[in-house]
Amino acid sequence: MSDKELTSYSKDFLAELFRKMVLVREFELRAIEERRNGLIPGFIHSCVGQEASAVGATAALTQEDVITSTHRGHGHLLGKGGDPKYMMAELAARSTGYCLGRGGSLHLADFELGILGANGIVGGGIPIAVGAGLAFQMRGEKRVSLSFFGDGATNEGAFHEALNLAGLWSLPVIFLCENNLYGEGTPQDQQAPIADLAKRAESYGFPGEIVDGNDVLAVYEATKAAAARARAGEGPTMIEAKTYRFRGHYEGDPQIYRKPGEMAEWRKRDPIPNFRQRLLDAGLFDAEALDEIEADVQADLDEAVAFAESAPAPKPEEALAGVYAETHDGLIF
Amino acid sequence: MSDKNVNANIEMKELSFSEAIREAMVEEMRRDPGVFLMGEDVGVFGGVWGVSHDMLDEFGPERVRDTPISEIAIVGTGLGAAMVGMRPIVEIMFGDFLMCAGDQIANQVAKARFMSGGKADVPLTIRVTTGAPGSSAAQHSQSPESWFMNVPGIKIVTPATPADAKGLLRTAIRGADPVLFFEPKMLYADKGAAPDDPDFAVPFGEARVAREGRDVTVIAVGIMVKHALAAAAQLAEDDISVEVVDPRTLVPLDKKTLIDSVAKTSRVVVAHEAHLRSGPGAEIAAMLAEEAIEYLDGPIVRVGAKNVPLPYNPALENYVLPDASDIVRALKSFWGKA
Ligand SMILES: Cc1ncc(C[n+]2csc(CCOP(=O)(O)OP(=O)(O)O)c2C)c(N)n1
Ligand SMILES: [Mg+2]
Repeated sequence: MSDKELTSYSKDFLAELFRKMVLVREFELRAIEERRNGLIPGFIHSCVGQEASAVGATAALTQEDVITSTHRGHGHLLGKGGDPKYMMAELAARSTGYCLGRGGSLHLADFELGILGANGIVGGGIPIAVGAGLAFQMRGEKRVSLSFFGDGATNEGAFHEALNLAGLWSLPVIFLCENNLYGEGTPQDQQAPIADLAKRAESYGFPGEIVDGNDVLAVYEATKAAAARARAGEGPTMIEAKTYRFRGHYEGDPQIYRKPGEMAEWRKRDPIPNFRQRLLDAGLFDAEALDEIEADVQADLDEAVAFAESAPAPKPEEALAGVYAETHDGLIF
Repeated sequence: MSDKNVNANIEMKELSFSEAIREAMVEEMRRDPGVFLMGEDVGVFGGVWGVSHDMLDEFGPERVRDTPISEIAIVGTGLGAAMVGMRPIVEIMFGDFLMCAGDQIANQVAKARFMSGGKADVPLTIRVTTGAPGSSAAQHSQSPESWFMNVPGIKIVTPATPADAKGLLRTAIRGADPVLFFEPKMLYADKGAAPDDPDFAVPFGEARVAREGRDVTVIAVGIMVKHALAAAAQLAEDDISVEVVDPRTLVPLDKKTLIDSVAKTSRVVVAHEAHLRSGPGAEIAAMLAEEAIEYLDGPIVRVGAKNVPLPYNPALENYVLPDASDIVRALKSFWGKA
């Protein structure tokens, strides 16, 4: 638990963290349900259990800052201000979705909100975030670029090349590793000879910090400090958020790989009920106020699903649009 | 099946495409301690496509190795182990991720023998999935068979039936050259008969006539063999007799069987799920234009995916991807019925 007193934060801020975490969880559960109902054709990698890292990290960024995300990216997007309506419409493959129905869950993006994209390639977003950081540095902008990725991604070459470059050029980048102990069906301890992946930062010349990834305020504080460093020209930071995913790698995953008892232990550390209890214990909110937030989220999601359902399906020929900026009268196809 | 490699005395066994691949791996691993499998989630999880299920139980974690998510290292260590006498089978989960290991494949694996003046044997099999499984979008749906056709030094194998999957994989594992072995995701569950023989192998460079016909040839790659057979059955109702030829290996390419078929039918369609531009059909069509033009009564017609990244939306995806109806349309175009 972050040691700062809850009362040192504004009530609005705390309520917003709570709302966003509930939104992320309920968005995931609704998307899973709508996939079963047939509204959503593609795969979903849900981040249920990992809401605190997504919401805590994005809460420390400004609108001008940018993120790159992953296959498990719905929380990152919602944290950065993504609209559940357009997200749900994208998952439902509609032309009103964020990517006009062409990208789906794996490729959600909203450049206006600084969301440079989820990614289907593990580790694919990490160098992209470094490039955005490079541009900010070159133009003298005080903006920060944050890359979300999983524990598994730290074993990709792209991760190592990107961190080295960011360290070398002292770029304003935050590497936010959500270590949920698994990459697909393979446990983290079968994928790397070290358990604390934040250590990897040291060899690239910048600090790596471990935080409780299920404590939204701990993630927020660490990211805030890293963003301040980046804006001050002091270079990158890696943050390793220790967390756990409560559902399968994808929906339908038989999850034969889980260690016995592990899930039950982590369930006790569920970021949402724990934060809710803290808010109540501190006497900052009563239960009705938090219930109301939850109800509001459900209403937003009802609206998002209705929006997705009512959206027109794109016409097949629209597939040809948007491959290039200039098609040379279609000659390019 | 008109396969001259099938010994008439050997029993046939019904099995799925996926089981056929598994059987070839298991049989080769029993036979040769130098053969081992490595890749992401191939062990405990049994492969995300389930192909290597329970192999860990038989062979243990030394020989069925779960790797980190490290495609460069998976292919590169496969090469290194091959250079010193092992026969690694490495799995890349999606063809799309081949590019993560692209340097190892194009600059190391493919060139190791040549650059070393022939010193290096490279008995490395890279198993990889191909094709669009439906709404998996632009980075999980590609058919990259031709990406490395432009790189001399690597063999490119495209099985379309369980028997060929089994027989071609065995040839790959026992060979001394590196192989990219493409497994169409949407064929894994398809069943067929294969010889129940631990030495059954299908040689590279021998196309298979999957259906004999007189009027027009379809040269079909991978999953398009299935679609071409469906199209041929449909055209039979119009009294058009379609021959379907499956090259089985794109590198090496059995030119003779392809040309013989075209010489007989004088019309040809080349079909693959890969994008049309510079897909495998470009090479096949160019070869036919160079070596079989005198037999042809019309243009060489290609069927492939439109030159657009694979969309997530099913209707858009259908529009971009080729299927049996596209082959039917291409075939009918020869009789002005398009
Ligand atoms: C380059 C590449 N290799 C493999 C995959 C298949 N894959 C998708 S997610 C995943 C696991 C990623 O693990 P991690 O980075 O820990 O993220 P998590 O899923 O746990 O959030 C794998 C192997 C991929 N999408 N891209
Ligand atoms: Mg993980």
